[in-house]
Amino acid sequence: MSFDLSLPAQLAGALGPDLFLMGGAMLLLLWAGWRPESDEHQVSVGILGMALCIFTMVLVGYYAREGYTATVGPIAVDNFRWAADEIFLIATVGTIAMSLDYNRREGIMPGESHVLLLLATSGMMILAAARDLIIVFLGIELMSIAVYVLVGMNRRRERSAEGAIKYFLLGAFSTAFLLYGIALVYGATGETNFARIAANIGKFQLEHNALLLVGVALLLVGFGFKVAAAPFHMWAPDVYEGAPTPITAYMAAAVKAAAFAAFFRLWLEAFPSLLVTWHQSVWWLAALTMIVGNVVALAQRNIKRILAYSSIAHAGYILVALVVGTKLGSSAFMFYLFAYTMATLGAFAVIVALGARGEDRMSVEEYAGLWSVRPGLAGAMAVFMLALLGFPIFGGIGFFAKWYVLQAALQAPFPQTRLAVLLVLTSLVSAGYYLYVVMVMFMKPRDSAASLPERTGGWTRAVVWGSAAVILIFGLFPDAIVSFTRRSVPTLTTDVPAREAPTALQRTTNAAKNEVVALRPDPLPNGR
Amino acid sequence: MASFLESISYNSWVLPALLLIPLIGAVALLVLPARDQEAGGGVENPPARQIAFWFFVLEFVVSLGLWWSYNPGDSGWQASIDKAWIPTWGVRFTLGIDGIALMMVLLTTFIMPLAVLGSWTSIRTKVRSYYALLLILTTGMIGVFLARDLFLFYVMWEVMLVPMYFIIGIWGGERRIYASLKFFVYTMLPSLLMLVAIIYLGIHVGTASGTPDFSYDHVLAVSNIPQRAALWLFAAFFLAFAVKVPMFPFHTWLPDAHVEAPTAGSVILAGIMLKMGTFGFLRFALPLFPGAAMNPRIRLIILVLAVIGIIYGALVAMVQPDFKKLVAYSSVSHLGFVMLGIFALTLQSVQGALLIMINHGISTGALFLLVGMIYERRHTRAIDAYGGIARVVPLFAAILTFVSLSSIGLPGTNGFVGEFLVLIGSFKTYPILAVISATGVIFAAAYLLWALQRILFNPLDKPENEHIPDLNKRELALLVPLVTVIIWLGVYPAPVLRRTEASSRLLINRVEGRSDLPPLIRESLRR
Repeated sequence: MSFDLSLPAQLAGALGPDLFLMGGAMLLLLWAGWRPESDEHQVSVGILGMALCIFTMVLVGYYAREGYTATVGPIAVDNFRWAADEIFLIATVGTIAMSLDYNRREGIMPGESHVLLLLATSGMMILAAARDLIIVFLGIELMSIAVYVLVGMNRRRERSAEGAIKYFLLGAFSTAFLLYGIALVYGATGETNFARIAANIGKFQLEHNALLLVGVALLLVGFGFKVAAAPFHMWAPDVYEGAPTPITAYMAAAVKAAAFAAFFRLWLEAFPSLLVTWHQSVWWLAALTMIVGNVVALAQRNIKRILAYSSIAHAGYILVALVVGTKLGSSAFMFYLFAYTMATLGAFAVIVALGARGEDRMSVEEYAGLWSVRPGLAGAMAVFMLALLGFPIFGGIGFFAKWYVLQAALQAPFPQTRLAVLLVLTSLVSAGYYLYVVMVMFMKPRDSAASLPERTGGWTRAVVWGSAAVILIFGLFPDAIVSFTRRSVPTLTTDVPAREAPTALQRTTNAAKNEVVALRPDPLPNGR
Repeated sequence: MASFLESISYNSWVLPALLLIPLIGAVALLVLPARDQEAGGGVENPPARQIAFWFFVLEFVVSLGLWWSYNPGDSGWQASIDKAWIPTWGVRFTLGIDGIALMMVLLTTFIMPLAVLGSWTSIRTKVRSYYALLLILTTGMIGVFLARDLFLFYVMWEVMLVPMYFIIGIWGGERRIYASLKFFVYTMLPSLLMLVAIIYLGIHVGTASGTPDFSYDHVLAVSNIPQRAALWLFAAFFLAFAVKVPMFPFHTWLPDAHVEAPTAGSVILAGIMLKMGTFGFLRFALPLFPGAAMNPRIRLIILVLAVIGIIYGALVAMVQPDFKKLVAYSSVSHLGFVMLGIFALTLQSVQGALLIMINHGISTGALFLLVGMIYERRHTRAIDAYGGIARVVPLFAAILTFVSLSSIGLPGTNGFVGEFLVLIGSFKTYPILAVISATGVIFAAAYLLWALQRILFNPLDKPENEHIPDLNKRELALLVPLVTVIIWLGVYPAPVLRRTEASSRLLINRVEGRSDLPPLIRESLRR
């Protein structure tokens, strides 16, 4: 069925899963405030929150299976949205599960922390659906404000407060960029709806309009901050280090994914005809992010900072999919997000499992000889590290994710061979720090004075084993996910770039192999 | 035999079975009760190594049927199976075997149980994990030889890397962490470039249908790869294989990895994993890009590097104070012969190269095993620490001498046949290089005999050497099969040559038949 988005009832129907989650979160908020703060109450709120997420996942799955469509309007009803929603929800369930154990250990009693996660997630779902600049802004604010609070959740720790302030100031700063960009784009095109922006750019020949280009540049900066792409990444390591570990996982996995989803849809649906203009800047953004993230990560010795820089590096790989800009590119993007989310969640779950009260056990050296005392956790961590490294079989879907991005890059109408090679080389650099973690766990002898890590909470263990299982099983049989993400394309994506693109693009991007793959049309069928 | 194999429809299940048996073994080991692992420290008979050993024996027995079921007259793929794996990406699970792969598979399954016997008592910690990794490694190695799909090949190629990384890094010598990281990074960098090349090829082959196609046969059939692209693709494949071989300037990871690895690790590295590189040249780099590989200039560069490797490896081996390092460098020299034989591209030289690949696996494998045995007794590998021990350990001395002679290439042992074939084969196309590399044989005699003299025959002047126990039954039992094969291949290599001939001929025809593609023009090199 097709929703007519001009009718309020049908619009609500198209927003079904989002409204369901939001309504549930509101009710849960009441329940959280109903009883005095205690650990049992915190756990009960958390379990209800996870149940709510799982119901929402089922609902999203139902919407995806029915193959609903919609008229052009403020929100999109397509597989891109559903796939992104599922990823956010998986990340949220994992985060709440880790928080249950973590909050108990750190003595964080308010059950509202779980509700804040749900609210942030509904903001993300709106972001993934948004097809209007105002809705994008709405989603970003809903998500960010909840996460600002979550970062500072551990009130007794200075680092946590410091991280929260940093995140809030820089977040507000980047939102200002976004807002200014939105205003300028609106000023230039007279529209906030993606499709109509694209139409007006074509109609009024705005490709070289200065106002529009400045607006696009500001949007790029704003999103660059949100996804932590170099050179707008400076806040990420400090905030990731300061935030409570489950929240770090949430930021690295879900928040980044949501910002990327909106980034992708906006770029592919609203500005396809500006390809020539924005293409080169995103190219450099991707290249710089891959290099900076991976190289700086090499110097880190704190596990959370390593993963922070690793998440910056992964933003770079994901940007490669955006540079490609085809339908195959966005399928690869979605697949990559899924693989990256699972591996990141798992890795942070291991950190939560091994942490001690007060978060003092964060240096990688503390993991020396972990294999001899906690072989299961060490093995799982090795899987996550190899997945992030993109290694086949042992790293499961991590390899297929990189493969897919590479395939998209090389199969594009203008093959991004140079970026592909750069991706591969920076991946090799990343072996330096991922293997460092593995090496410390497996090959360094355990310090005889070190105390045994406490027994891991059951929820955290479930996250570790669940994500490891997903990574390994789909790492052998990825076809189900591949064919799902293959349909996950923003509906309005076109594969044929702007009119004047070919010559200009060949100059800007590398043309090393153009004699072979000259203008081959992308073979994918239209996404729904 | 053949009719028996047919009656159990051997050909239809043997290849997947060869991949599965070690995996099942690994799982079986990992679900063992944990106390067995703790018992592995000093207690007799931890069952982990028995289980691993019998799985390797089973693997060998199953693979042995291939010797008879393989039809030497048929140069195509045999015992093939073909299943869809990731249809959306055009990736298939396709296995098949030809004469070259046959010999490599048999070499692998033959060496593995002996390698396990060789590390029977030297591995005392984490016994279960060690043998589980060896089993997984075997699946990876067999998979590389059997893969008929480039994607599958790449996956298997990388699968080998992780177990070996852990084997070196956890059970290795003093500098194991450095050596394992170096091994990993050196191998991974060119592999990743090869990955880009494989994706490029797959997309190129699948242009018409829109879905990438990684089937080896389809890639082989495509002839419209542009010159410049072919050059880059060849470079990517070349680097990946040249590091693995290792060819002369890319060999620096080898001494570290081989010396630091535990005995079984060195045996597998030298005996099997180095052959991955030369096998890759035979299977992929040459037939897929004959235009680039047969370009006279490129070919000459590679051949000169091979000859430098022969001489350089031998000279460096000569001055090593550490016996294990000496054996490691001798590999560089031997593999140089293989590269010479492959790129000289005559029937004799290719056949000879194949024989050296087998011989080197057996002789050098045996040498590493012997080094491991003496190390377990004296805990040093320094050549100076020994002297005159032939009187103390006569059996050990006899076998070490015999194996060294086969490694030198004494007529009547396997080493001679291979090097002889390579030299006469390459003399036809590159006489000068063949003459220079013939001196490598002399150097080989020099470094090994000199080392033998210092270890076995000088006066017995060190008191701690006077009471070394001689080989025990287990060690003898694992060396006897190796010695038998050395003699058999030295005296009567015809069965091996017969089985590889058709495939070698097909390879040469393919490469020469396709170098009718216009040779690389200068401009495309210069551009």
